[in-house]
Amino acid sequence: MLKRLLLLPSLAAALLTTACTEAPKEAVKLPIMGERDVRPRADGGPADTVFATVPAFRLTDQFGQVLTNKSFAGRAYVADFFFATCPGICPKMQAEMLKVYKKFGQQQRLAFLSHTIDPAHDSIPVLRDYAERLGVGTARNWHFATTGAHGEPTARDTVFQLAQAYFTAALPDKQAPGGFAHNGTFALVDDQGHVRGLYDSLNPKEVDRLLVELPVLLAEIDSRKPGLARQ
Amino acid sequence: MRGAIARPASALGAALALLAALLQQSCFSNNRHQGEKLYSQHCAGCHGEQGQGLGRLIPPLAGADYLVDHRAELPCLLRYGQKEVIVVNGVAYHNVMPGEKGLSPAQLTNLLNFIETHWGNSASPRTIREVEQQLEACRGR
Repeated sequence: MLKRLLLLPSLAAALLTTACTEAPKEAVKLPIMGERDVRPRADGGPADTVFATVPAFRLTDQFGQVLTNKSFAGRAYVADFFFATCPGICPKMQAEMLKVYKKFGQQQRLAFLSHTIDPAHDSIPVLRDYAERLGVGTARNWHFATTGAHGEPTARDTVFQLAQAYFTAALPDKQAPGGFAHNGTFALVDDQGHVRGLYDSLNPKEVDRLLVELPVLLAEIDSRKPGLARQ
Repeated sequence: MRGAIARPASALGAALALLAALLQQSCFSNNRHQGEKLYSQHCAGCHGEQGQGLGRLIPPLAGADYLVDHRAELPCLLRYGQKEVIVVNGVAYHNVMPGEKGLSPAQLTNLLNFIETHWGNSASPRTIREVEQQLEACRGR
């Protein structure tokens, strides 16, 4: 009897370890942020759940390259909002993004997208100069992008709306350093345009969490492409 | 006989010296903390926790020749900020630095003393009086 009792913990341990080694493939999945919509199907089958996605956008990056949602199809990207002359939180925020870039910049299935919220000032040459000064002048997968490459009068409103879709607050504020108030959120977006993680770049623990969660998302993307996963 | 009187006196002297040392130390360490605190509140966001700067966007403070070459101008620079191109260790930076008009001469002194004695910087300490005199150059700006 006593012997059997002694066996129990080892049995439990064996079960637990298998659970730990096998479960994560399904269990560890990042959540999908935002409202979801449940749509009944016409044929009476189980209703479809429609998850929020980033709305359609059209941007131009520091190389003059046009970027739309399709430019990131099949890839994840990390998005943030900044402006080149920002004396407030931007240097800290972009220094943190640089850390993430240094660790994951070589990943084929990942891009970086920094939107300027001051399109009137941050022209394409200004954005290129900014990238060079940050030390990523030759990086092709870190885009410093504007909604106002052609002087569109609505450029600022467009980028503010876009910021909302990435759960980032950005608005003009005369009291704020540099004339804009915004927060330093990093949004992790998956290959299908769903926001899968939000991280406050001013908090080192949050940036650490991004570093842990990024590979989880990349693995999920790989699992969707079984033919490519082994490369 | 002489020795017997001298001993308690020297013990008292040692106790006083110890007390003075303790008091002095606590005063200095408070000041040092103020400089460090002000640095992390007002400066570290851009210049970095280690004064390292950021690429060619934000100049470093660690080992910056500018701090040595423009020592007397630094209180005014901190208070009113600067908009001109600034050359630090041979690299030109053109970002605007906002001023910190709310800092008192004593706070500016502690802040500068912190910056100027960390990350390889080793300037001699400033006094509040010195900083007040240096602020005269930008009075009424």
